[in-house]
Amino acid sequence: MTIIAEAENLKAHYIMHAYGVERTVKAVDGISLQIREGEVYGIAGESGCGKSTLLKVLLGAYEPPLTVVDGSIKYRLDGKEIDALTMDDQARRDLRWKKVSYIPQGSMHVLNPVRRIRDTFHDFIQAHRRVSKRESAEMTRKYLRDLGLPEKVLAAYPHQLSGGMRQRVTIALATILWPKLIFADEPTTALDVVVQRGVIQLLKEIQQKEGSTLILITHDIGVHANLADRIAVLYAGKLVEEGDTRTILKHPQHPYTKYLIQSLPRLDDRGERVSIPGRPPALDNPPSGCRFHPRCPLAIDKCRTIDPETITIEPGHRVACHVVTEEVRRATTV
Amino acid sequence: MQQPSKPDLLRIENLTKVFHIRQGFSSRQFHAVDEATLSLKADKPEIFSVAGESGSGKTTLARMILGMEEPSTGILNYKGRSIARLSRREKRSWFFKEVQPVFQDPFATFSPLKRVDHYLYETVQNYGMAKRNQADSYINEVLAQVGLSLAEVKGRYPNELSGGQAQRVSIARSLITKPSLIVADEPVSMLDASLRMSIVNMFRQLKEEQQVSILYITHDLATAYYAADRIAVMLRGWIVEMGPVERVLGNPQHPYTQNLKNSIPDVDPDNGWDQKVNLADLEAEEYTRTGCKFAGRCPAVMDICRKKVPPNYIHDGRMVKCFLYEDEAEAIHEGASVVPQ
Repeated sequence: MTIIAEAENLKAHYIMHAYGVERTVKAVDGISLQIREGEVYGIAGESGCGKSTLLKVLLGAYEPPLTVVDGSIKYRLDGKEIDALTMDDQARRDLRWKKVSYIPQGSMHVLNPVRRIRDTFHDFIQAHRRVSKRESAEMTRKYLRDLGLPEKVLAAYPHQLSGGMRQRVTIALATILWPKLIFADEPTTALDVVVQRGVIQLLKEIQQKEGSTLILITHDIGVHANLADRIAVLYAGKLVEEGDTRTILKHPQHPYTKYLIQSLPRLDDRGERVSIPGRPPALDNPPSGCRFHPRCPLAIDKCRTIDPETITIEPGHRVACHVVTEEVRRATTV
Repeated sequence: MQQPSKPDLLRIENLTKVFHIRQGFSSRQFHAVDEATLSLKADKPEIFSVAGESGSGKTTLARMILGMEEPSTGILNYKGRSIARLSRREKRSWFFKEVQPVFQDPFATFSPLKRVDHYLYETVQNYGMAKRNQADSYINEVLAQVGLSLAEVKGRYPNELSGGQAQRVSIARSLITKPSLIVADEPVSMLDASLRMSIVNMFRQLKEEQQVSILYITHDLATAYYAADRIAVMLRGWIVEMGPVERVLGNPQHPYTQNLKNSIPDVDPDNGWDQKVNLADLEAEEYTRTGCKFAGRCPAVMDICRKKVPPNYIHDGRMVKCFLYEDEAEAIHEGASVVPQ
């Protein structure tokens, strides 16, 4: 199992100065993760938990006020190790779209509203490869055919397409150069269930066809269940639990993950669903100790003062929770 | 047809809204809501869900019920009176008190430059719900119904509230006039999963405690199933299936509803999808299709579906608009309102 991308103790903060007062928002605060080649790695969490910030940093697409204060990110592409934080702009440009690609959430803002889809495709392709207009058109047509999208969209302007079609065109655009590493930020949010299912199918198809690695951010646990191989759950800028999809959904350990999964309404059960009390903390002044402790029903004294370490409770299953740690310790001593 | 002694809270019959789309010199008609029929009882508050994809006409229906859009044809009565025929004064003094909206994005509902309590005081004043010196206690009372207090909200700007709180304030604002019907258009789709349930639970509570009916418009079938008593599933302007939520979503009969239900991503990794789904290429095509609008994507399509518009059938305790049930069910003839309760 090869690791294609790796982040260690990553800390990315928004550092803002206003009227001489410095304000720091710790959006990503000490996250370590390893992404394996050819897997779908899901990142779950509520809005404001740092998912998108994490993605921006992993992608190397961040600008002040977002600053990486600590930690490292490494890609391993074509047998070379690349430090994603220190590489220069030219190297980054060479990497982007060809090796590392990004599928954004709002497809309306990606496609140029005054250019036909085919011209947008040409613009993207010729920025990275020396191709004539005819070659790029041929490439685009072939790729759309492979993905089962109708060719007639090429002549349309973005506003003429439905939201689902636009999102699928955006996905095709982001993957046409067969990148190894694809980052997708909420690719199905704001789509209807039927269209969402189509988009998930498309992502799965692309990922399996080329064996590329997909890093998928969404707050929708149902999407993760259908697409991800492994899931990382973020809460307030920290990774609270990580494991393979089945483990996380069937045997979650962290109280936050448990809540998150229990609170989902299900079609076969109309019983009362509890919602998590309270709300996610503001990240410019997070609670001390474990950041979940003000909302946690299991919180013990330790949780209020000491930040829990991430421990591996079974192979491939990491949890950051004092209560779980104590349980495991008790079990092993007995 | 027998008239009940008390008129229905909301009665909609063959309601149609036609928009005209001009493209160059040609003009096309576009039925955003097409012959919709439904009714809400006055004496029994309920949560009625309208579900469907985007572009199915849900929001147009909501806007007509709120009096923001005039119907093209059909009956749209609130407590026995036609909404479109109300004078401006009657709307202000009566209708707007009775029917209140809750919108999708709470941060778009409130101006970022105004304090949120301003909206609460303004609504109290505009509708004369309390004397000036009693406004505080009245607002506090209403906020308590949504699990907030005036102290938490007073003097705050929208950006200082979380999404869940802002949506609660938005709902509290709608409750100030003591409405009988709240039209909530996608009230939870902007919220996180953990907050979503708290809002939906609150709707259930409001129905029980405040006796207010809620028209819950959503594309999220899971919360609709959880909260609603009855549901209408819309497709390109049509109501294709309508009935008690346990029946419609528990055992959907229309191929479109089945498709919708199967497309909800299950949180159980063992229940992944095994079938591929057909998507509509161009929305406009479905709107203008002759025959059934779902025929292009339907797995059970028959010849007749491409030629004729299916009538509404009563089948298994719900209304279904599909030829599959032609033989076993009786069609509801036009104009009748024997929609199952």
